[in-house]
Formats: sequence, C-alpha cells, structure tokens
Amino acid sequence: MSMNNQGRPTAAGEAGAASAHPTFTGNKALQIEEALIFEIGRPEVTGVDMPEPKKVKSRLGKLARKEPIDLPGLSEPETMRHYVRLSQKNFGIDTGLFPLGSCTMKHNARLNEKMARLPGFGDIHPLQPVSTVQGALELIDRLADYLKELTGMPAVAMSPKAGAHGELAGMMAIKAALEAKGEGHRKTVLVPESAHGTNPATAALIGFEVKAVPAQADGTVHVSDVKAALTPDVAAIMLTNPNTCGIFEKEIVEIAKAIHDAGAYFYCDGANFNAIVGKARPGDLGVDAMHINLHKTFSTPHGGGGPGAGPVVLSERLAAFVPYPFIRAGKGFSLVEEGGKLDKGEMPFGRMSAFHGQMGMFVRALAYMLSHGADGMKLASEDAVLNANYIRASLADLMSLPFGNQPCMHEALFDDEWLKNTGVSTLDFAKAMIDEGYHPMTMYFPLVVHGAMLIEPTESESKASLDLFIATLRDLALSAKRGQVERFKNAPFHAPRRRLDETRAARNPVLRWTRPQPYAEAAE
Amino acid sequence: MRYLPLTPQDRTDMLAKIGVAAVDDLFANVPKSKLLKGLVDLPKAKGELDVERIMGAMAAENITASEVPFFVGAGAYKHHVPASVDHLIQRSEFLTSYTPYQPEIAQGTLQYLFEFQTQVALLTGMEVANASMYDGSTGAAEAVLMAHRVTKRRKAILAGNLHPHYRDTIETLSRMAGDELVSLEPNPADASADLKAVAAAIDAETSCIVIQTPDVFGNLHDLTAIAKKAQDAGALLIAVVTEVVSLGAVTPPGAMGADIVVAEGQSIGVGLNFGGPYVGLFATKQKYVRQMPGRLCGETVDAEGRRGFVLTLSTREQHIRREKATSNICTNSGLMCLAFTIHMTLLGETGLRRLAAINHANACDLADRLADVDGVEVLNGSFFNEFAIRVPGDAAKVVEKMAKKGVLAGVPAARLWPKHKALKDIILVANTEVNTDDDRAAFVAALGASL
Repeated sequence: MSMNNQGRPTAAGEAGAASAHPTFTGNKALQIEEALIFEIGRPEVTGVDMPEPKKVKSRLGKLARKEPIDLPGLSEPETMRHYVRLSQKNFGIDTGLFPLGSCTMKHNARLNEKMARLPGFGDIHPLQPVSTVQGALELIDRLADYLKELTGMPAVAMSPKAGAHGELAGMMAIKAALEAKGEGHRKTVLVPESAHGTNPATAALIGFEVKAVPAQADGTVHVSDVKAALTPDVAAIMLTNPNTCGIFEKEIVEIAKAIHDAGAYFYCDGANFNAIVGKARPGDLGVDAMHINLHKTFSTPHGGGGPGAGPVVLSERLAAFVPYPFIRAGKGFSLVEEGGKLDKGEMPFGRMSAFHGQMGMFVRALAYMLSHGADGMKLASEDAVLNANYIRASLADLMSLPFGNQPCMHEALFDDEWLKNTGVSTLDFAKAMIDEGYHPMTMYFPLVVHGAMLIEPTESESKASLDLFIATLRDLALSAKRGQVERFKNAPFHAPRRRLDETRAARNPVLRWTRPQPYAEAAE
Repeated sequence: MRYLPLTPQDRTDMLAKIGVAAVDDLFANVPKSKLLKGLVDLPKAKGELDVERIMGAMAAENITASEVPFFVGAGAYKHHVPASVDHLIQRSEFLTSYTPYQPEIAQGTLQYLFEFQTQVALLTGMEVANASMYDGSTGAAEAVLMAHRVTKRRKAILAGNLHPHYRDTIETLSRMAGDELVSLEPNPADASADLKAVAAAIDAETSCIVIQTPDVFGNLHDLTAIAKKAQDAGALLIAVVTEVVSLGAVTPPGAMGADIVVAEGQSIGVGLNFGGPYVGLFATKQKYVRQMPGRLCGETVDAEGRRGFVLTLSTREQHIRREKATSNICTNSGLMCLAFTIHMTLLGETGLRRLAAINHANACDLADRLADVDGVEVLNGSFFNEFAIRVPGDAAKVVEKMAKKGVLAGVPAARLWPKHKALKDIILVANTEVNTDDDRAAFVAALGASL
C-alpha cells in the first residue's frame, strides 16, 4: 500500500462488496448521485435573464472574443438541485460533532451572517470616498480595539486574509524591525517540531532559515532548549501557544525573556487562541506578534476551506511596522494608504493585499464578540477547555495519551500506541468514526506524535452530545482491541463515497473536466 | 449565553469526572500571575436585538452601491448577483464545513472545486487552474514566486498599468524575499507605450513580466507579441485580470500565450464587501502544475470504482513540505469560490456573453455621453467596462463634489498613485449592468456641475 510521508495510507484499500441492495440509478434514497455541470449543462442554457444590450460602436477592437468558451449553463431549478445535492454529500458543524483539532469548529451563529449582509457592510466599495464609509471604518477600528484588549497588545494589522497570511505579515514586521535596527543579518528562525507547517513555510518564504527546537517528554518546549539554540543570528522564534499537542507552554514567560534578551522577537501562532480568550493575554506573556484566526476563535464560517481572516496583533516593539492601509481615529475615521501622512514613528513595511482586509469576516467576528461579551468569551474558553478535558478523562483508560494524563487545553491529543497489534491504524479508526456519524478528529498531526489523533470539541457541544461521542469512541476502541478489524479496514461503508484512491489522483492528475472525444477519434 | 449549551450542573458534573475542583485547575500551566482574575475591559454579553442595533447603526453610516448612481471600480465591481447564489452558499453543509481533508464526507465541496477549476481554465483559456487564492492581488504575488521557481531566476518586471495595490503587494513580498523587481511607470494616455516599456526591460535575468488586461485604466492589450518576446528570453508572461466579466467579451490571456493567468473573481457571485472576502483565480499550463501554489482538487475513484474527488498533489503544500513548500498558504477562498461557480453555472456561456455585452455597451454609452461634456476627455482607445477620463482640475475634489450630489463617480487616480502629479486630473470610471440610463444622465449632470 502506498504511504505519504506522514505514514498515512493513500490508496483506496480493497474493493468492498458493492451495495447489498443495488438501485437502478445508483442513488440511495437521500444520497443522490450528481453528474458534473459539464455533463448536464449546455452552453445555450442560462439561468439569468437579462435585457438586450444597447446598440453601440464596440471599443473592443481586434480583441473581441472570437472562440467559444464552452461553458455550460443551467436553468435556475437545475442549478438549485445540483448544488443542494452536492451539499448533501458534505459534513458540516451543523450536521454533527466536528472535533477537528487545531481548527476550532465552533458554532457559526446566523446572526453574524445576517449582519455581514447588511447593505451598509456588504454593498460598499473599498475605494469609495472615505467620507461615505465612515461606519465601515468605525467597525474595523472597533474590532481592532477589541482584539488589542483581548490580547493585551498595542497594535494590530487588520489586512491579512488568513492565518498563514497573518503569520507572513507578522514575520515581515519582524524582518522590517530588524532591518530598521541594522540587524538584517539575523537569518534564523526557531520553530518547534510540533509547529503547524505554515510556520516554517512562512519563515522560508521571506528568506529566513528554519532551525528546529525539540519538544520535551511532557509535550512542551523548555527554555533551556531555546537558550541552547539562541545563536546571535536568531531573528525570532515561532511558537504556538497553547501548542499543537493541546498543552499550554508553561515556560512561555521565561522563553519570551530569553528571546528578548538575545535581541530576537517572539512570534506566537494564535491558531489555538480559543483556549485562553479572556483567561490570559499574549501581550502579558511576552509575545511580540500573533495572528488571530477570526475563522477559528471568533467563529467566522470555515466555508469548506476559506475565506479566513488573520489580523496580527503587535507589541510595542513592532507597533511601528503595521502595513498599509490602517485606520486612524480622530474627528471621524481616516484611512492611511500609501502616500498618506504618517505620524512620527510609523514605518509601514508595505502592503499585504489589495484593499483593506476581510471586511465580511470583521463584521461576523465583531457580532460574535458583542454577542458573547467579556463574560461570554471567558466562559466560552472555559467550556472549550472543560469539554476537551472531559473527553480526555473519559477515554484515558482505553486510548493512549502521549504526554501522560495531565490536563489539556481546548484539545486532547492521543497517539496510536493503544492500537499496536490490533491491525487498526489511526486512519482506519477515523474512517470508522465517519460511519458512526462523526467527522474524524485531526489525524497524523502534530507530527511529533505517532499516529496522532487530535480532538477539539469546542464549547459548542452539550454534555449529552459529548456523552454520546465518548460512548461511540469507547465502543470503537473496544471493538478494535477485540480484533474486529472488518469494522475499520474498509470503512467508511455508509458515506457517499468509500475510501478514495489518493495515489491514483496524484500519479496522473486529472484536475479538470475535458470533453470526451467522439468514439471514432478516441479509437485512433 | 445562547451559544453555550453547558448548564452549571453539567459543568460541576464534568469537573468531577475530570477529577479537579475548579475550571482554573485546568489552566494550571498558565503562570499564576498571568491568569486574568476578572474580565477583560469589554462590554458584557448582548442579545440578538441589541447586537443588531449596534451593527445597524454603523452600517447606516455608509452609502451603499445600490442606493446611488455608482461607477466605482478599479479592481472591484458592482454586479447583480442572483438570489439563488446567496441562498445556496448559506446551506449549512457548505457554510459550516472544513477543508475537505476527509473526502468521503466532503464530495460536495470537492466536486464544486473540480467544476470551479474547469470553469476557470475555460474562461482564462488555460489548461489547468487551482482551487482559488485569497484574492487577485495575493494570487499575483504568488504567481511571481511561482515564475521564479519555474525559471530559477529572481527578477520580475511589472507593467506600469498594473493596479497599484497589486504592484505594492508584489513589491512587498519580493523585497522581503530578497528578489529583484522592476516597476514601470503608468501610462494612462498611451496604452501601447506600457507594453513597449515592458518589452524594453526584458533581459536575460528576467523571470517574468506581469501585465494587466484590461489594465487599471481600462485599456485592452493584445499580449501575443510580448508573450513571445518574454518566452524567447526564457521568461514567463503573467497576465492579470481584475474584471473577470471581461472574459465573456474579449480574447482570454491563454489564447494570447500567457503562462500564468491571475484574476480577481469578485465580480461573479461575490459582491463588494468593502474589499473582502474575494476570490483569486489562478490558472497555468499543465507543464507547470507541480510548481503551482494553492490547493488542487483531482478526480479519482473510490474502493467501489465510483468517480470521486480528492485534494491532490499536496506534496507541494506546507503541511507536508514545511519550509520547502511552494507557498505558505493553507486556505483557499472556499465559499467565495462556491459563490463564483454557482453564479457562473447560472450564467453559462450564453449568460456570461450577454452580461459582458451589456457591461461593454453601457460603458460605451457613458463614454459617448462624456465626449460631449466640455473639458472632459476619455483617454482610452479601447476598453471593456471601465475607462479613464481627464477632467479640468483636481479629480479627487471633483469626485468628492459629485458624491455630495449623490453620485459615486469612480476612483480618482490620485488615490492609487498619490505621488504622480501627472495623474491628478484622472478618474477611473466603471460601468456595469447595474447602471441605468438615468444613472448615466445623473453622472453627466453631476460632473458638469462639479467642474
């Protein structure tokens, strides 16, 4: 069987028996097979009615399109049916418990959707006169203030479009600060082995060299290991806290001090901020820059993989380097863009993207914060941590905890030690969870743990929901230990698709539909 | 708290099961002095009604594109989005799902990504497309990095008529990455000069040239000759499109020899959203696919031999390759991608061509009307739905005056090129299917009264 370099099987496995009750269509009641739009649509069909264009003299010149595009269209009823059927092949938070570690799949409040669709936010243009968008600037400014208060940091760059983009902005601010001090020679960035892949990728993207820092047996980074790695060319450390093993870095204050004493900066990956909102502030811990995934901690919908938003908060030492554009509050709100008048000490390092950031996400995040309030956000973090620990405590006798049975933060990390000699892998276990109506946890991450299973229930789950989830996992675990491998090896059996052949997809990539050749041509 | 299901009794029972006395015992790793005692200094929780009042008050302070004659473009365009698009993207199974890492229960997302990739490839005239980028500008910066990987060179040349925000995004990343960049000067009045300047700048170190069409002033460019010139020098042509509706009416970059096409997809399905979230389209040639950034969805079969889709070629990506990845990007713009592909499916070829024709006709009509206004000059020889006008005096002041008269007239070039005095009298004016004859008459009247 093929494996990728995480040791995760990528082939489909043995063909299972086809359905015991075959149907003519291949459909299974509510699970309806749906062809591609290219197979059901026709270029001459459209689901949008528009008037005839005016008769004018064309200004397209010789660039008027000559060739057909071959884009299929569907009428509105066909369109609705196509996408509704596709939606029914997806698992979402509203479907069931979605314990994807490090992803914070919490409830997405529909009030926030409604607010983002107010025309005053959704139907305004980024380059309208600033005098006509004062309310939008006020909203961004207020969200910025809230983020600063929650993190204890004096500045924030709002424009980054996702977590990794926020990391990039933070590391650029660090680079700009080093260069401003004449210390551009610092080229090394320390990254623990447990870090998200985005951390080393971000550092490398802007020319830093990545040096790994080990984690100790308790799952945390020790200040002694950081000190040992702190050579004069170190620019920064990128540390996730709480870390990807679900543990709060207990030496974080000492690590921050060591980093600062060495003249370097402390970048904190804020992916796991949901554990500590209202409980502890990164600014108090010595962090210099931290991105905030509004789509995790502040519940803007993940949307099947974006859009995200990744504002990055900055300490006093980096506050001068906030990129363009930024908002200045005074008599009304002004937007400082390139060429705008800078106050003393402001040294924007450039621009992260066109326009001003993910406004749609800002609206949703602020609606979340207003709804929860200072009290609700603190309670949400406590419940998130409580829920994760409840799962940990309820499974600790059956499944193995790589760092011992110590309290975790908002996610509980198990390894596959307990599956040894069962013939069942982490992947098999995850796929069997699908049959039970759950989205699997994060698997094979963090890389420092063998066969990792990272479970993050979030604060959105009731105790009844957790109890059923725990009972299900216990049943599966006992089943694996009893050697009932058939429940796992070819699972899932009940999903819209059985295991998919990833090896085949990668070996001969088919990345788009192409019109089948007529029979005669194909035969040649 | 309406979003938190646990009751006080639940919490007590759960703490007992865990074996700790209080929730703060679970935060034992946090240094005692750093654990907040009270609440942060923010307002307390609010009901839906109160939140709506607060948000509604801020929303009411903005003038929306639908309530006035509206001609603002320059990289983001006001278009009509069919009602079914917004309904469908709010289906829970789309809205609240994650990146499709478990393909057996994410075929909905994966299939629309596959359809999206195909639509983007067809539209741009390219062989393959990815599952989207954050937006057009970040896509352009990623395209430059990709060209550096393909050519193993590190110098990019940016045409002067590239959107300045795109230029600045690329410049920031290039400077930070230590790459070389040549940014040319804008040429509003003589579009062909822009391409000539690019051609003259190409040398043996050039990795890529970046050219926008329609350019930021609205001019259309035939890229055929410059593509060949670049490729003869071993460089790639990156074509940027900020108004994707134009591809329903003009020759796509792929047909003119582009190696990479980057586009802002906001016009289809997404809406204005004050600048984000948007959706970046990214297409290239098959031979470069392994150097491409971003997620890719590919076709395969499941264990019963049925067609299905998975994320593929992930060995390019950061979660596998870490510091050797093609990009640090971890997300795409999933839901906006869905909005784009639904709207494009509704349009189909017939609808897209009609939409593009209406946009073009409306813009031509406004240009004709403006030709009759004293002192106003339309600068473009060619355009799609946006063009540049020269007005007597300070264009930013004219735009402000027109706004006071209830017309949002466009983007003064000074907003995008604050240091170019020669562009101070230029306004970029966009015209789409949403603009009526009355809107155009209002534009002409407000302009006449503001000069």
